Amino acid sequence: MKRYWRSLRCFWGTSLAAELEYPLNAAIEFVSVLGNLAGSLFVLQLLFAGGPSLGGWSWSGALVVLGLYTLLDGFTTCVLQPNLSRIVSHVQTGTLDYVLLKPIDSQFWLSARTVSPWGLPAVAAGLGLIGWALAQGGPEAAAGLRSLGAVLLPLALLLAALAILYSLWFVLAALSIWFVKVWNATEVLRYTLVAGRYPVSAYPPALRLLFTFVLPVAFLTTVPAEALLGRGSALWAIGSLLVAALCLAGSRLLWRFAQRSYTSASS
Amino acid sequence: MSWAWRVARALLGSQYALMLEYRAEIALWALSGVLPLIMLGVWSGSGAGVAAGLTPQQISHYFLAAFVVRQFTVVWLIHVFEEDALQGRLSPLLLQPLAPLWRYLAAHFSEQATRVPFVLLMLVVVGLAAPGVLWWPSPAELLLGLLAIQAAFLLRFVLQVIVTTLCFWSERAAALDRLLLIPYLFLSGLVAPLDTFPPAVRRLALATPFPWMVDFPARLLAGEPVNVALGFGAIAAWCLLLWPISRVLWRAGLRRYSAMGA
Repeated sequence: MKRYWRSLRCFWGTSLAAELEYPLNAAIEFVSVLGNLAGSLFVLQLLFAGGPSLGGWSWSGALVVLGLYTLLDGFTTCVLQPNLSRIVSHVQTGTLDYVLLKPIDSQFWLSARTVSPWGLPAVAAGLGLIGWALAQGGPEAAAGLRSLGAVLLPLALLLAALAILYSLWFVLAALSIWFVKVWNATEVLRYTLVAGRYPVSAYPPALRLLFTFVLPVAFLTTVPAEALLGRGSALWAIGSLLVAALCLAGSRLLWRFAQRSYTSASS
Repeated sequence: MSWAWRVARALLGSQYALMLEYRAEIALWALSGVLPLIMLGVWSGSGAGVAAGLTPQQISHYFLAAFVVRQFTVVWLIHVFEEDALQGRLSPLLLQPLAPLWRYLAAHFSEQATRVPFVLLMLVVVGLAAPGVLWWPSPAELLLGLLAIQAAFLLRFVLQVIVTTLCFWSERAAALDRLLLIPYLFLSGLVAPLDTFPPAVRRLALATPFPWMVDFPARLLAGEPVNVALGFGAIAAWCLLLWPISRVLWRAGLRRYSAMGA
């Protein structure tokens, strides 16, 4: 365990040093986060022009969902995108051999080798938006945060959302062991997860089912947002934790299975 | 003239064969263009469209048309070019008696042709999931719509050539394209019909090139009343404005190009 901490410190220290070689990126990322946030707020406002609610969600509730989406998007840019989009090129060029030979768990190495600071503006913006929305919604909007247990529940659900998101990315990236050319499969995932910008009840029933059971977008933003607003139901909370556990175990199993099918490049 | 014809045929033929080889990848790219369909789901569930004077049918036609427009106006020049410039693959292209941009343009047209079956398949799936949502535009609308899509594609291509020339100065110019994507996303009508915008924002949007890239062709295809001459005129005017800028930047950049990897 200690070895893993030490490796992680080493990995992230070096990759941060490398990324900071491009200071212009910080400015670009900052502007891009602000622009995206302004655009999303604009569209959300347009959607609220027809009435006081969107799929039964108030304005401040929908803002919490948008904040959670921004937060998860920042996490994706920080950790998932820089690491997992590289698995494909490891498979293509055969450098996965070296990864498998290292005296450290290969899934850990592939998932945590680098970190990019450019997702941090989005994480900060997401947290800010959530806080602002809860403050704006008045005392009853923040009802979920009155007791210790009520603070822990949204946190647990957020961790579950991160685990689900990670597993989805990892599974798609690991598919490259069989279908070498899927480097843009993770892009598809990223563009479909945009659906998480809005509460899942805003969609027609068929899409709602799709976003709950096939592509678990509902567990990523809607369920944690409900808990934050003090409306979390036990059923959804248990379901969310269960899905997260299943997804993590699934990604682990798939990776074990994939390693058995890996035949290295040029062989 | 016959030389141009021969070159065009050879370029398009070879690029089309190349794209067919990577059809699985292109299917995935087609799948990643689902944003207008997701927005259709949100808009049809909210009362905002009706409040802006649009019927549910108008909304579904608009977003399905926007989906088709988006599929055939994708420009990925900068990502390929950045890699080619960094790895030195641009150098042999520059030695050929043909401007390298023509090759990239042919690649884009071939990619569009490869996309056709996948887009049709996705439309069929949409039609099966929501019967009655698909419609058949009149021949005139269809013809004008397809022309408008190609015009919008050319405008996007010229705009991206300008950003692409910055690859000569920076190693990570593709990051700049992400900035350009933001106004495109929110002002073009991809995520919300321009009719629902507040009047001031709408005027601002119409003063940029972005609404002509999605809103204009999508409304043509959806059978909405639209000023055809104004639309094509605006696209032509923006192209005429941006093309000389891209030429100047391209020449200046080429002088700086040091042929990495040579």
